[in-house]
Amino acid sequence: MQRIGVFICWCGSNIAATVDVEKVSEVIKQEKGVVFATNYQYMCSENGQQIIKNAIKEYNLTGIVIGSCSPRMHEATFRKAAQAAGLNPYMVEVANIREHCSWIHKDRAEATEKAIILVRTAIAKVLLNTPLAEGESPVTKRALVIGGGIAGIQTALDIAEAGFEVDIVEKNATIGGRMAQIDKTFPTLDCSACILTPKMVDCAQNEKIDILSYSEIESVQGFVGNFTVTIRKKARYVDENKCTGCKVCMQYCPSKKGLNEFNMNMNTRTAIYIPFAQAIPNVAVIDPEQCIKLKTGKCGVCKLKCSAGAINYDMKDEFIERKYGAIVVATGFKPIDLDNFNEYAYKDSKDVITSLELERLMNAAGPTNGVLLRPSDNAHPKDITFIQCVGSRDVSGCGKPYCSKICCMYTAKHAMLIREKYPDTRVHVFYIDVRTPGKNYDEFYRRAVEQYDVDYIKGMVGKVFPMANGKLLVQGSNLLDNEQIFIESDLVVLATAIEPEPSVRKIATLLATSIDTNNFLTEAHPKLRPVESPTAGIYLAGVCQGPRDIPETVSMASACAAKVIGLLVKDKLKTNPCIALTNENMCNGCSQCANVCAYGAISYIEKEFRLGGGKTEVRRVSYVNPAVCQGCGACTVTCPSGAIDLKGFSSKQIMSEVETICKK
Amino acid sequence: MDKNDFLELANTDVKKCMKCGKCSARCPSFDEMDIKPHQFVSYLAEGKIDKLLVSKSIWTCLSCLACVERCPRGVAPQSVIEAIRDTVTRKAGANGLSAEDIPPILDDDVPQQLLVAAYRKYNK
Amino acid sequence: MQEVENKEFIPTIVAFCCNWCSYAGADLAGTSRLEYPANVKIIRVPCSCRVNPMFILKAFQSGADGVILCGCHPGDCHYMTGNYYTRRRMSLLFSFLNYLGIEKERTRVEWVSAAEGARFSMVMNDFAAKIKELGENKRLQDLRIKGDR
Repeated sequence: MQRIGVFICWCGSNIAATVDVEKVSEVIKQEKGVVFATNYQYMCSENGQQIIKNAIKEYNLTGIVIGSCSPRMHEATFRKAAQAAGLNPYMVEVANIREHCSWIHKDRAEATEKAIILVRTAIAKVLLNTPLAEGESPVTKRALVIGGGIAGIQTALDIAEAGFEVDIVEKNATIGGRMAQIDKTFPTLDCSACILTPKMVDCAQNEKIDILSYSEIESVQGFVGNFTVTIRKKARYVDENKCTGCKVCMQYCPSKKGLNEFNMNMNTRTAIYIPFAQAIPNVAVIDPEQCIKLKTGKCGVCKLKCSAGAINYDMKDEFIERKYGAIVVATGFKPIDLDNFNEYAYKDSKDVITSLELERLMNAAGPTNGVLLRPSDNAHPKDITFIQCVGSRDVSGCGKPYCSKICCMYTAKHAMLIREKYPDTRVHVFYIDVRTPGKNYDEFYRRAVEQYDVDYIKGMVGKVFPMANGKLLVQGSNLLDNEQIFIESDLVVLATAIEPEPSVRKIATLLATSIDTNNFLTEAHPKLRPVESPTAGIYLAGVCQGPRDIPETVSMASACAAKVIGLLVKDKLKTNPCIALTNENMCNGCSQCANVCAYGAISYIEKEFRLGGGKTEVRRVSYVNPAVCQGCGACTVTCPSGAIDLKGFSSKQIMSEVETICKK
Repeated sequence: MDKNDFLELANTDVKKCMKCGKCSARCPSFDEMDIKPHQFVSYLAEGKIDKLLVSKSIWTCLSCLACVERCPRGVAPQSVIEAIRDTVTRKAGANGLSAEDIPPILDDDVPQQLLVAAYRKYNK
Repeated sequence: MQEVENKEFIPTIVAFCCNWCSYAGADLAGTSRLEYPANVKIIRVPCSCRVNPMFILKAFQSGADGVILCGCHPGDCHYMTGNYYTRRRMSLLFSFLNYLGIEKERTRVEWVSAAEGARFSMVMNDFAAKIKELGENKRLQDLRIKGDR
């Protein structure tokens, strides 16, 4: 038999002025199951809480109802008080008779009547409450960072700084990512490599950081605090522990026709190679598509020349299983394919290049050693035309509907650098809008116009014609002059839209986190939880979540690290007990609940059931992971057999509330 | 007819235009036009129908659809031009051809049959 | 029974409110002292998607004259997609109820954020007035419950 205690708060005069608290407690005393009812000036005060504690002990209460302010205000306070008196904190219900009653009604009789009904409703609910215990799950004190670009590097460094172990999984042979390919950074024009490579070295030297390069995520199991991840270490054919990075192999490798991905395929590399001079780890890798030994079995020059004995042609993919408490996704971006934009003649002319290709052409370590030369004939370009918004803000289906955010700034940077280095060039920029919000950003763009005399043309290019004389005729509109203009150019640079690295879709599936139609990962809240994914324990850094530049990526990475550290310092995670629970006897294993769960909290287990008469049956039933379930209740409504219910908000409880409200 | 009628007739969402001018950038008749393709879109959005109705551009537009093909926002400037052209050519209820118009353009080479056909076609 | 008919009709209205948005919006309406009729009684749910169509049928069966369901604005769901499920489930249920003869004005889904105290009060005033206009709901009511009155 339940023994309920009811405590009505006056809240000074906030409640008592409109609600006859005396009458409420008198009427409620008569309710079925209620053994004690009282009222007091301030229930949340020290004295008020003492009244509750004393009553729980004295009347041996099994549940309590507080008629007071909103549960959003003091539910936690009253739960703590109940717990202190030995009552399960989830046997407490709050009837909101202040915000939902006394404050919005003027008529005393009406408000009192409503307060009585609200308290009755809470009693109806508490009668069906069950004691709930917050679950606990242990935390593996190690973090995984997927992606070794600037986002991943910064996150790893910050986490390691706090003393936690962190692994970086990078699919390429070296960390560094896109930032390593960039020549200079806006708005300060400092050299990208000069600020990035020391951070890469820090990662390599930090004892807490383990860099798993040339590796990919194979599978992910578990939940916040307890992820088990299988990592595929792709066969590199070079022993990482033995290779000294001396590059002798690269001098002798006879296969020299592999396209150099690091230089955006604008020159070639050997089959055994180190992507760039400052690569971390500074270890060679063999491209199996290009290696003569791996393709035909006849060669083996590198093995012969390697004094460290690091070459191993028989290497196979290796699988490593590790446990992590938190996972940070920092997979970055790539420029979009330009297949849908024939009008810019990207495929037809070597002299139409993307901005990232221009970065490599301008870089001292690039294919031209930093001298700006036309790819077609290695001549110095005199007229250079930039086209912005190539594939960005495009809803026609050819490109991406979003603004890529970084193009206005890097185009201004390119224009400025070219004018600085080659003052005899004429630089034109076709723009739709110039978007430069950010510290010192607009000043930077204005400098390109005012100081460097870059010709900004409001309008868009309609077509680029490769001409017989080797030049490119750019046909565009100048909207401010209402003219159609033709510019003969030596080089055309396309500010190509960026899109998330395509592998992120597979990773999102593995992590059971959500992804939008543009392949950007979704954050838990667009304003207030921007670096957390909706799936607990998964965090997002950099462009995988949305277009952003380096400073923003670094801040986001550090924010991720702070979130990860906040998680890893805990020994145990407390879990919300108001979560879904399956009644296995009713479940028919139809998967409906798993389909609606936004968190991937529901999985299926094979379970043996006794049928009677010594017979058993194995059935597939749904299992809710208590550490992952957030308690929304979507699954409870979708279950066709009503097998799944939400603790703390069970169907019976809500039905009982409904009934009490409607009772006249 | 007001702006809404023309919006319905053009059947393209002029509000989607982000004023990039790519339509006018590739227009082969650009130099022959007094009002340019991108202006057709913005004039309609602003409701300046009167100016469009007297524009010479509707007679120089080739209907080549390059503007439609290029638009990154899925707007069809040519549809706007077409809507205006249709309205100008098909003034509802009005005589398309009056008897007084004929003598100046009459030519010995014009077959009689054509005149008869024109009367049938352009008179109400 | 006779007595009830002579008295002014005060409808019974059940409001299901999402803990993260409209329940907080109702709290804000309270803090801002924005009045709405006392016959609106709120039930707190973790998310609008927790509301089983059964609860609404139960409310009508128990004698409710109107049921309103408040959730976060589309795209703002605390649980990401909960309110989309609500929207789908309820449009289905409401058309079914309409088919059964429950006027479609008796049921409503509204999006009210935690910041929209004024909107909460406005919605409730409007809904309560509408239900009062429609009069007592007799369709799905359990006659035994009616007898208790």
